[in-house]
Amino acid sequence: MDWGQIFNSAAGELLSPVTAAYALAAIGISVHFGYAGLLNFGQAGFMAVGAYAFVVPTLLFDFPMWAGMLSAIAASVIFAFLLGIPTLRLRADYLAIVTIASAEIVRYIVSTTGLTDITGGAAGLSGFNGGFTALNPFPPGSYGFGPWTYTANQLWVRVFGWSIVILAAILVYLLMRSPWGRVVKGIREDEDAVRSLGKNVYGYKMQALVLGGVLGALGGVVYVLPRAVQPSNYGTTLTFFIWTMLLLGGAATVFGPIIGAMIFAVLLTLSDSILRGAIDAGIITFISGTQAGQVRFMIIGLVLMLLVIFRPQGIFGNKKELSFNV
Amino acid sequence: MSHLHQHVPPALRAISAVFGAILIALTLALTLGATSAVAQTTPTPEPTADFTETYTVGGIIRDDDTPLEGVEVEVEGEGFSEIGVTGDDGRWSVNLPAQGEYTATLLPETLPDGVAPRDPDNITRDVNLGTTNTVNVLFPTGAGTQVTSNILDTILTRLVYGLNFGLLLALGAIGISLIYGTTKLNNFAHGEMVTFGGVMFLLFGTTLNWPLIPAVLVTLALSAFVGYAQDAWLLKPLRNKGTGLVQVMIVTIGLSILVRYLFLFFIGGSTQTLDTGITNTVTVGPVTITVASLVSMGISIVILILVGLFLTRTRIGKATRAVSDNASLAAASGINVDRIIRIVWILAATLTGLSGILYGVFRQVNWSMGFQILLLLFAAVTLGGLGSAFGALVGALIIGVVTEVSTVWIPNDLRYAVALLILILVLLVRPQGVLGRKERVG
Amino acid sequence: MSDTIVTHPLVIGEVGPGCKKVDPIVVADGVTRTFGGLKAVDVAHVEIPRGAITALIGPNGAGKTTFFNLLTGFDKPNTGEWSFEGHSLARVPAFKVARKGMIRTFQLTKSLGRLTVLQNMLLGATKQPGENIFTALIKPLWRTRETEITAKAEDLLARFKLDTKSEDYAASLSGGQRKLLEMARALMSDPVLVMLDEPMAGVNPALTQSLLGHIKELKSEGMSVLFVEHDMHMVRHISDWVIVMAEGKVVAEGPPETVMSDPAVIDAYLGAHHDTDLGDMMEDKNPVLEAQEAAATTAAQREGGH
Repeated sequence: MDWGQIFNSAAGELLSPVTAAYALAAIGISVHFGYAGLLNFGQAGFMAVGAYAFVVPTLLFDFPMWAGMLSAIAASVIFAFLLGIPTLRLRADYLAIVTIASAEIVRYIVSTTGLTDITGGAAGLSGFNGGFTALNPFPPGSYGFGPWTYTANQLWVRVFGWSIVILAAILVYLLMRSPWGRVVKGIREDEDAVRSLGKNVYGYKMQALVLGGVLGALGGVVYVLPRAVQPSNYGTTLTFFIWTMLLLGGAATVFGPIIGAMIFAVLLTLSDSILRGAIDAGIITFISGTQAGQVRFMIIGLVLMLLVIFRPQGIFGNKKELSFNV
Repeated sequence: MSHLHQHVPPALRAISAVFGAILIALTLALTLGATSAVAQTTPTPEPTADFTETYTVGGIIRDDDTPLEGVEVEVEGEGFSEIGVTGDDGRWSVNLPAQGEYTATLLPETLPDGVAPRDPDNITRDVNLGTTNTVNVLFPTGAGTQVTSNILDTILTRLVYGLNFGLLLALGAIGISLIYGTTKLNNFAHGEMVTFGGVMFLLFGTTLNWPLIPAVLVTLALSAFVGYAQDAWLLKPLRNKGTGLVQVMIVTIGLSILVRYLFLFFIGGSTQTLDTGITNTVTVGPVTITVASLVSMGISIVILILVGLFLTRTRIGKATRAVSDNASLAAASGINVDRIIRIVWILAATLTGLSGILYGVFRQVNWSMGFQILLLLFAAVTLGGLGSAFGALVGALIIGVVTEVSTVWIPNDLRYAVALLILILVLLVRPQGVLGRKERVG
Repeated sequence: MSDTIVTHPLVIGEVGPGCKKVDPIVVADGVTRTFGGLKAVDVAHVEIPRGAITALIGPNGAGKTTFFNLLTGFDKPNTGEWSFEGHSLARVPAFKVARKGMIRTFQLTKSLGRLTVLQNMLLGATKQPGENIFTALIKPLWRTRETEITAKAEDLLARFKLDTKSEDYAASLSGGQRKLLEMARALMSDPVLVMLDEPMAGVNPALTQSLLGHIKELKSEGMSVLFVEHDMHMVRHISDWVIVMAEGKVVAEGPPETVMSDPAVIDAYLGAHHDTDLGDMMEDKNPVLEAQEAAATTAAQREGGH
């Protein structure tokens, strides 16, 4: 087994654009659930809305990069309102059901064959990344060292993705130490109490839903920048994985979701490459390589269960400020 | 702190136990059935090498036992399109350029005269080549002629299919509803109990070739055990520990992921057809339906009536409804709430296992069949009013009929979207569900 | 009693259910609320006097808390109109009711467990520009107001003897301390009318006296108080005016001494004709009422204390 190679690929995953995209989506869920107590099980839907709202106008109307980003943000704001208006006045578990259902509706719509001309159907869309690469400020060449050696384009997508992550973290930090964050956390604890103190609870919940949703949509944009957009990526399982990342790091923390996304990425890569390495080296003989790819998801499921049972506050969460409503 | 410490081992034991039970069952499936499965149901080569770059989709088209030659299947997706033609052994296969999502559509006009697809409006299969290199697609055919497209006839046909689908959904939905009613838990691992029923029935009925009745009974017994195991080894320890509901809900999400990939690990990513030994069809007016579907509907109706009688007439059933109404009041009036919850889990798992068998017969069996309809189950339960068993039945029938009948007007691949959209619209107008009671606020 | 006309300085004309007040702060007309065919509240006319401590009493299920919820916008009536300081408040959302100066507390205390005591207090303040999502990002825009309300919160916490706890999570307080916190939090917005829903439920006897003192203080600071209560001693000691509800209706009102001896009230409580003075009965430690109150108190403690 080539341990150097295994750790190299895991270390590379730490800073990959996918990890950055997951981190953004997890920060979004952190705003929803960790701070405001909203059960959003449709973050994959927000990511899909962001990705498609970025890609489709870019391909159809030649939108420049900035306009594509704005379109992604606008679409996710509208999506958040559509979800929030009917459900934010209802009991918390209704939001969970409606968000999970809406995310699936989005996925069905973007993959239906009837809309292939616009969305590319089940095959998705590609060839929209030109505008982004054209903005690359780095001259061609090789950058970085060790596992983090990148071409100019690889560097650009990472710098761009992680800059958005850092901006999002700063935004959430500033908001959560402000009186706005105090109101939102109060709503998480008991919305009737906050209502009785003269705060427009519905409005605050909507703002939190929109903010977290926009972060999810930006995650969707970062996710597709280096690749094609494919509807099969935005299933319910993606939402569950993002929840796992959030709970790994700690729900009501600023850096928890980022660290959680990194741990998740490394865990997925390490378990996969160690198993495959062991199979190649003849150490493990009773499973096939395809099955090795499935074992890592079992590990994720198991980690999620153990985490929630034994360390609900996550790795960085405060024991007192537990991440769950009890 | 001390009581927390006390309950930590059961929780751990729980996970390993549930894990273990399923592992044993599946290992059994694999070791007993592996050879015969390959021999019987593989028209195209099984994935042999792990890193081969060839991806194929294929299948075998037969009329009863006669292979059909010259039947065409169109495979599309990922910007690729090709038509596969069956040979004299009825086999066809298409090599695909890459992993991804494809659709395979049977071209019914290429079928010989007197042979028609068994489900004429469902001749497109989604092929998800994400985790395996080879996918088998089956298009059951039978005697019959091409249905001429009279809109009313089509609607009637879809309506009957919808009722069948709705009834089998109802079995699973009532399970969710009973569990939600007594424990207020949204169980996200419920879909895996559907899959469990389908997979176990595939193992005993098709792979091991057991007669129908024993295969069904053993599947139901194992399903009941899985329900027992989940409550006894996982959820009850968590309840005792005082774990919050959202927390337990996320535990069931983890369990769902774990078990789903276990299924994939053992049975692979292919889709398989259940062999019930019943392939005849009956035609009543414009509607042609398989005997298997009729039997399936009959079983669903009988079981649903029995469940209804159980809930309204028996002492345990009444106690179940009392616990759903108000658990602490029920406990105060001498009902053993833990025992009722245990019974509810066993009953729910058995019903859900049955719905898995029927769903496998209605469509096909694969590793994520339950997860794919989990949302429809939730939708049914929410539509009917959370926690009301009768509401779940009504909700399931609505969802079943809507998904099938809507395909008359909208593309097949959007029918689940329509069901979910209706769920959201109903919540807008009537948050308590179609049959739910308005709750007292404050 | 029925042939003599009873008057009272708070009242215009004769004292009785629905009587006119000299200076009413809340006036309600024809308020009804039904739950599945059952009329929980059916108040024809009631006025709540300004600058007084008014108790709303009645047996379990009389509709007191539902009426409370209706007045404060936490529940929607089937019919009815009511006004607060002359402005109609019917069908106005709860948070707008609170902003008008009518602040309530809850029967089961709603302290925000994973916020500190001080943060709980600061949430009660008004006019904090930092509660807007955009101004929140720029600290200088809200720092001044934050300093002001922090000082005010610390004063109030000191008055309620919670100052040593200000950095603790509210979840770590005892049931009685949470009641105090909730009351202190309500005062952060300088309310005109304070509405307390069973302020004594689940409070241990040692804290009862201090709570009573705090309520009297509210009146001396010019606020009006309306409270729902089971505890007759408290009603008798601190209220200026008592309104009795039974089966959703206002069946009697008047000063505490008169109301306690009103046969209608005794009927309402015991469901039978008795000519005993209810106040005397309380002092005789009536076993039925004692048991009822004890049950209500433990229930409240159980629900509020986990």
